[in-house]
Amino acid sequence: MAYVAIADRDHEQHLHDPQSFVTKYIWSQDHKIIAIQYSLTAISVGLVALVLSLSMRLQLGFPDTFSFITPGEYYQAITMHGMIMVIYLLTALLLGGFGNYLIPLMCGARDMVFPYMNMLSYWVYLLSVFVLLSSFFISGGPTGAGWTLYPPQSVMPGTPGVGGGIVLMLISLVLFIVAFTMGGLNYVTTVLQARCRGMTMMRMPLAVWGIFTATVLGLLAFPALLVSGIMLLLDALAGTSFFAPAMLSMGEESRHAGGSPILFQHLFWFFGHPEVYIVALPAFGVISDLVAVHARKNIFGYRMMVWAILSIGVISFVVWAHHMYVSGMNPYFGFFFATTTLIIAIPTALKVYNWVLTLWRGNIHLTVPMLFVIGFIFTFINGGITGLFLGNVAVDMPLSDSYFIVGHFHMVMGVSPILVIFGSIYHWYPKMTGRMLDDRLGRIHFWCTLFGTYAIYLPMHYLGILGLPRRYYALGDTSFIPDSAQAMNAGISIAALFVALSQMIFLFNLAWSRKHGKPAGGNPWNATTLEWQTPQTPPVHGNWGKDLPVVYRWAYDYSVPGAAQDFIPQTMAPEDVPRDVGSTYDGREGAHA
Amino acid sequence: MTHEAMAGSMTAIPAGNLGVVTDVSSDKQTFQVPWGKAMMWIFLLSDTFIFSCFLISYMTVRISTTVPWPNPSEVFALSFGGEPIPLILIAIMTFVLITSSGTMALAVNFGYRKNKKVTVMLMLATALLGATFVSMQAFEWTKLIMEEGVRPWGNPMGAAQFGASFFMITGFHGMHVTAGVIYLSIIAYRVGSGFYDRKKGGNYETVEIAGLYWHFVDLVWVFIFAFFYLW
Ligand code: HEM
Ligand SMILES: [Cu+2]
Repeated sequence: MAYVAIADRDHEQHLHDPQSFVTKYIWSQDHKIIAIQYSLTAISVGLVALVLSLSMRLQLGFPDTFSFITPGEYYQAITMHGMIMVIYLLTALLLGGFGNYLIPLMCGARDMVFPYMNMLSYWVYLLSVFVLLSSFFISGGPTGAGWTLYPPQSVMPGTPGVGGGIVLMLISLVLFIVAFTMGGLNYVTTVLQARCRGMTMMRMPLAVWGIFTATVLGLLAFPALLVSGIMLLLDALAGTSFFAPAMLSMGEESRHAGGSPILFQHLFWFFGHPEVYIVALPAFGVISDLVAVHARKNIFGYRMMVWAILSIGVISFVVWAHHMYVSGMNPYFGFFFATTTLIIAIPTALKVYNWVLTLWRGNIHLTVPMLFVIGFIFTFINGGITGLFLGNVAVDMPLSDSYFIVGHFHMVMGVSPILVIFGSIYHWYPKMTGRMLDDRLGRIHFWCTLFGTYAIYLPMHYLGILGLPRRYYALGDTSFIPDSAQAMNAGISIAALFVALSQMIFLFNLAWSRKHGKPAGGNPWNATTLEWQTPQTPPVHGNWGKDLPVVYRWAYDYSVPGAAQDFIPQTMAPEDVPRDVGSTYDGREGAHA
Repeated sequence: MTHEAMAGSMTAIPAGNLGVVTDVSSDKQTFQVPWGKAMMWIFLLSDTFIFSCFLISYMTVRISTTVPWPNPSEVFALSFGGEPIPLILIAIMTFVLITSSGTMALAVNFGYRKNKKVTVMLMLATALLGATFVSMQAFEWTKLIMEEGVRPWGNPMGAAQFGASFFMITGFHGMHVTAGVIYLSIIAYRVGSGFYDRKKGGNYETVEIAGLYWHFVDLVWVFIFAFFYLW
């Protein structure tokens, strides 16, 4: 019997539009509202992490000046900052926020396939955020184990927050994984099963490919975090010894015996490395779309881009132990993981070449999103190159656990995706609200952010090569580190304050333009993808009105020779395409094989 | 607007591997199955990773711990008339669970024939067998805790990780079975109350989706049985 997909049923049949304010904006099952809820929550908790990072920078830049930051609090700040930024901000914003907003709109679906579950996903995520933040208010405070939570120190006395903080952290992570799974199953199934007519996978915008692959990675990588979290929770609460060996701790024999700390590291990084691509792949995808729209040119090598995304996804599961070179391992293992790590750089580099080649001889519009695109490409190349250093065992040994690592991952996983997020908010805000963000403020925001972050993170590479260790509260008298390092630290801290302040421009712009921005119209960037072709802006519940869109072409028909306009929407049938007089172009989709 | 132009560009399906790619990435649905079923498969894939992580972690701590591992066939023996029979309870539990997979498969079959009454009966039988499994597991836990003195943090027979892994893995699996019993009961109730007949083009596909979950939980048990009790 033929299965009648919800998307195929009539509008009236499927959708009972919500009536009250509560069902419309709060307890909402609409993917667009859920996306906005996810995004606002993620940004709010991200601001908490930003404030924490400032307190760390104050301490590092001006030691002995701020008495309100104790060593214990410094560790707590470092831990919460890292975990919030990676999981509760980036993962939640890129998948829960962008994924929710873009997948149904870009695939031509009315909503996610299971909207109720999608809604629950958000509420469980919100709960996980509350559980996490509640650890600030218990006695002992949040855990100070570092975002990697390595046992035994994370569950042994002496680490801040060992009583309640670590427990709340782990419970919050478990909740986050539950929330992510409910959302992620939806994203994957929607992409696979609910595309509109004509939208083949190989016609999907790369943003969808990136988010889709990242979600699959999440569904396969978060299990390792879940399992290590449960085991660590048992070690902390039930007295088991999965990860803790026999130890003398503060002069006393600990109650643990026979556990394997290395096991935790393997589980954690089996999750942790794919996690960096869970963040990177949506950013890669989104940037590919932005670059094509704002350079008015088809993306260079679409198929190659798709295969690159997929192969990065696969390889990212066999590189994890490059985070553990200093933990000690069989040299053959080190060789294996160094090799796979360097291999993954190939598809990654390929993507960078293709972005640059898309710009080449394009009709580059230096709009605010395009500025962020270019900023991203630079920054990502920076971070990728230091990654190549770290992938080699012998080079990594002296650099590991130094500020070089901090520089590397902030370039590649901090600044790069954040630039993409900013760029795409400037790009899609008009669709979400119907108004443009202010252009001038956007440009100021871009330049302050770009130069500011480089002033923070480039010097860190140098400090790392000097040997400055990461996660230290203060340097004290360390003979091999010159005094000038302290001066540099102070400079970095000032830059950090500057960057944080300049984000206020952005927040102001978000709030102000909501009412006072220029009206955007339905398709302000003249883009081809489906989300710009909705009958209303912002799109209403059900997205497409009575009839679902039909797709005739891939997402990148820009500046097609012979076409009268420099873009052809995916929904435009070949015979409807306005053509130049006398051109032989037949209106079919551009070749992208 | 005609759809032919669009369709025209898709009819040519190349031979070989490229054809596979074209097919999988084709129009609309990648897999010709209902959404719920596709989602259940993806969920089970994710769940497979969870159980794999549990089992691999258990094997790692079993290898790396410094104290000898207790002998499972002695620990999990039951005495009948003075003679200890190794693994007898586990054998019965495994038998019960595998039988329940059989009744589940029958339920799916009768579901497709839209035989409402038999489907409901078979699903309830499956749930009942599942509940029996969980009760026997509760009995096993009680015996281990009360009589053998096994605790998560230690036991008289050997490595402390024995109890820790045992409670964690069988507990996690038992939670899956319990969830499955509840899930099956709800679906059985819905089949019985005619919920699926009222839907447009009514069918009992959901029974099969629940069946997928149930078979998966059984399959996982086979691995736990092999790696924990037989090793
Ligand atoms: C060419 C690509 C890359 C290579 C070869 C590479 C290599 C490495 C290596 C070997 C380390 C471990 C260094 C150590 O701890 O001693 C590392 C750390 C890290 N990398 Fe990368 N990386 C690459 C790209 C990325 C990307 C794309 C991201 C994120 C989007 C990322 C995020 C991180 C993070 C967060 C850490 C630090 C984790 C921690 O110890 O707290 N890397 N990278
Ligand atoms: Cu890595």
